[in-house]
Amino acid sequence: MAYMTDRKRVEGLGSARTGTEHHWTMTITSVALLLLTPFFLIIVGGLLGSSHDQVVGSLSRPVPALIVGAYLVVGMHHMRLGMQVLIEDYFGGTSRKIGLISTTILAYGIAAGGVVALAQIAL
Amino acid sequence: MADVNRGNRPLSPHLTIYRPQLNSITSIFVRITGNAMIVAAILVVWWLMAAASGPDYFATIDGLITSFLGDLVMTLSVLGLWYHALGGVRHLIWDTGRALDVETADKLGWGMIVGSVVLTLLTLIAI
Repeated sequence: MAYMTDRKRVEGLGSARTGTEHHWTMTITSVALLLLTPFFLIIVGGLLGSSHDQVVGSLSRPVPALIVGAYLVVGMHHMRLGMQVLIEDYFGGTSRKIGLISTTILAYGIAAGGVVALAQIAL
Repeated sequence: MADVNRGNRPLSPHLTIYRPQLNSITSIFVRITGNAMIVAAILVVWWLMAAASGPDYFATIDGLITSFLGDLVMTLSVLGLWYHALGGVRHLIWDTGRALDVETADKLGWGMIVGSVVLTLLTLIAI
């Protein structure tokens, strides 16, 4: 017992058995998003309202594309888990299932849309 | 096991049970801002896909996102983003077992409110 970590003691417990992993994933993604947020805001905020040439020129460079792409992919994973908690708190039964399915599709759809757009801009 | 309870488990007690105080209100707004940012995410990705499609469609979507209403939504989203980010920092601090007494928690709550406004103004100046 003395050698068991706190995490090992709680892993796989709770009604869904995935609460520890959910919480830890939120922790990891939140720190990643904290690091990326200033850069994302400067890149996208600076480009909103710019000409098409400027936007394509800037986002076809590797570092801005990496930051925007990483932000959208990690952000939408974090968003999916956050929306999951909201739905599980306020809805039950069939509406919960429909909510979880549709928000998952929405979140990963947005992430995929962003990645596809960045790839097309770069090509 | 076939007759296991599936439909009428209690949901977590919220809103109607507690007397509002800074901690609960700031926490509720972390949830609201986090979920509301789906709108900004849709707009930004729509704008990215428009940029990938070509100059003509880009002009339409860029006009939409930089219209008065677009500016309002994006500015509020930046405020929501900073607020949610600071709420996340508060969570990371709490998760280490620190700052859980009421007085310190209240300070963190006010820090989130004031900090998000300051960071939003700095963002608007910087971009």
